[in-house]
Amino acid sequence: MSEQEMARTDPAPGAGGDSAPADTAAGIEARSPWTLAARRLLHDKVAMVCLVVIGLIVLLAVFAPLVADLTGHPPNQQYRKTGLSPAGLPVAPSGEFWLGTDSLGRDILVRIAYGARISLLVGVIATAITVAIGVVVGLAAGFLGGWVDTVLARLIDIILSVPFLLVAIALVSIIGGGLFNTVLVIGAFSWASVARIVRGQVLSLREREFVEASRSLAAGNARIMFVDILPNVLAQVIVYTTLLIPVVIVVQATLSFLGLGLPPPTADWGGMLSESQKYYTTSWWFVLFPGLALLVTTLAFNLFGDGVRDAFDPRTDRMMAAKGGD
Amino acid sequence: MVRFLIRRTLLGVFVMWLITMAVFALFFVTPNNVARTMAGRQASPQVIEQIRERLGLDQPVWKQYLDFLGVTGDGGLLQGNLGFDYYYSRPVSEMITEALPITISLAVGAAVIWMLLGVSNGVLSAVFPRSFVDRALTGFALFFYSMPTFLLGLLLLYFLYFQLTLAGFRWFPPGGYVPLGDDPWGWFVHMILPWVTLALVLAATYTRLTRASMLDVLGEDYIRTARSKGIGERRVVLTHGLRSALTPVVTQFGIDLGQLVGGVVVTETVFSLPGLGKTAIDAIVRQDLPVILGIVVFASAAVVVANILVDVAYAVLDPRVRLH
Repeated sequence: MSEQEMARTDPAPGAGGDSAPADTAAGIEARSPWTLAARRLLHDKVAMVCLVVIGLIVLLAVFAPLVADLTGHPPNQQYRKTGLSPAGLPVAPSGEFWLGTDSLGRDILVRIAYGARISLLVGVIATAITVAIGVVVGLAAGFLGGWVDTVLARLIDIILSVPFLLVAIALVSIIGGGLFNTVLVIGAFSWASVARIVRGQVLSLREREFVEASRSLAAGNARIMFVDILPNVLAQVIVYTTLLIPVVIVVQATLSFLGLGLPPPTADWGGMLSESQKYYTTSWWFVLFPGLALLVTTLAFNLFGDGVRDAFDPRTDRMMAAKGGD
Repeated sequence: MVRFLIRRTLLGVFVMWLITMAVFALFFVTPNNVARTMAGRQASPQVIEQIRERLGLDQPVWKQYLDFLGVTGDGGLLQGNLGFDYYYSRPVSEMITEALPITISLAVGAAVIWMLLGVSNGVLSAVFPRSFVDRALTGFALFFYSMPTFLLGLLLLYFLYFQLTLAGFRWFPPGGYVPLGDDPWGWFVHMILPWVTLALVLAATYTRLTRASMLDVLGEDYIRTARSKGIGERRVVLTHGLRSALTPVVTQFGIDLGQLVGGVVVTETVFSLPGLGKTAIDAIVRQDLPVILGIVVFASAAVVVANILVDVAYAVLDPRVRLH
């Protein structure tokens, strides 16, 4: 695919050589690296299927109240008569409860739809915070150099040496596991890897001629950093961002699974799986469906991120970013 | 080399010192009500105050920190003393020594599996790039990479413990730990599912690394030379290629092992293994700050040491790398 693209972008020397230069110019479409990347991505079937899946999950999250209306079951309503067996166990999928019920007789389908809201919200917001901090710190450290770099690089080292999951769990247990705190803790400890990547790139970019040119036109540090250098690291940042979202979703689900998620009646996937742990021997649907929702979401984001990486740099190997923790 | 080691060790000590400060600040400055929790609901303010005094929580934070370090007080981190657990007054260092073999059992066993799986899949993918085998192995890796550890653990428990036991095959226990010294077979059987869980999740990174690095190496001139000398393909790939392709893999391996010391929280929780991660989680639930702090400091030290070792290994494996 990439070779075809290159053939199309490179105007072959002989082609159209007889026509007037103006005609040739009109026939050649200027394509920025961004357009090229977008085209490659559009041709990537796996990535496009994943994008559709992500879109469907977003729709499920946005229209969660509609799912509740459709089934007639609000997310936190406990159906103790119809939703629990005489022995008090969850009931299997049926016409009434399409994906079965949980240990309190609540509709699993509706709770999965509401849970998607939490996963996506945390995934996107925490990733955005992480990337914003990481980019600014990386730019500052790499471009300004000197003592700023020494301090920031040391800070990056420290954050990367801290056992992230352990500290995140400890902090959430102390400050409480609300949505805001979860996002805060994830953001506070994940930016270092972004900063390290950006810093490495900026270190080589700042020696380039366009930076010198910009400086000779009296551009200040801030302008050079954000207007001249930032666009050059953006491709890498975008790739990293798409691959970070599923990691963050898993961290949030893990915190919930360990009992440090959102306060009880709120539906979220990690919390549902945590509850289902005690029932996996009797009620497979209680584990399977929330687990499947989580897996499909992370898999779709990972495959899509992989496609984005491929689109920006067709030479790279198709796989994902290194994963931290366990 | 010696100068490098001294410099890196000093830097590591400095980083560790900063980490202790940061972690201490995070945990001790944020409001905690451990004294209230320990005193119970009916306790009078006097009792709570007594407990705070006993735990040293009535001291200013800087004093508590210096005590923790061992600069003041009767022995601290500098003397190899990590303090005492709030509830039973057990030395934290003793709790760590007890839990560590379990975590190491888990990490090392899993490492063997993920290295075998990751590296062999990576080599296969690189030898047949863009083939069906490559795509299948990549898909396999990505599938498990996307799987949250606790979900994979639950699924393995469901199929390999519960369903197998129902079918009459009592091959795997539902969790727990048997010390290697007491019953080697029991230890092995109890560790299989945790090993597989951890290994499958981590193997993906190694498949990718090996594949990329192997593809680079196989394009080198000396590989062509080896082939043109008439050396068999198997030997070219495994002896000439793999040897130098493994350098980045070894680096990642060191970093991962270092992180696993404090990072196998989830696997240990799902399979009820009383290792460092589980001990930390239990301490977190009880708000037992000295234990949390001790384990975090210990785990960070493991990462710092692993990073130094990786740098040294890098230079040993690849003579082109010079240590400054």
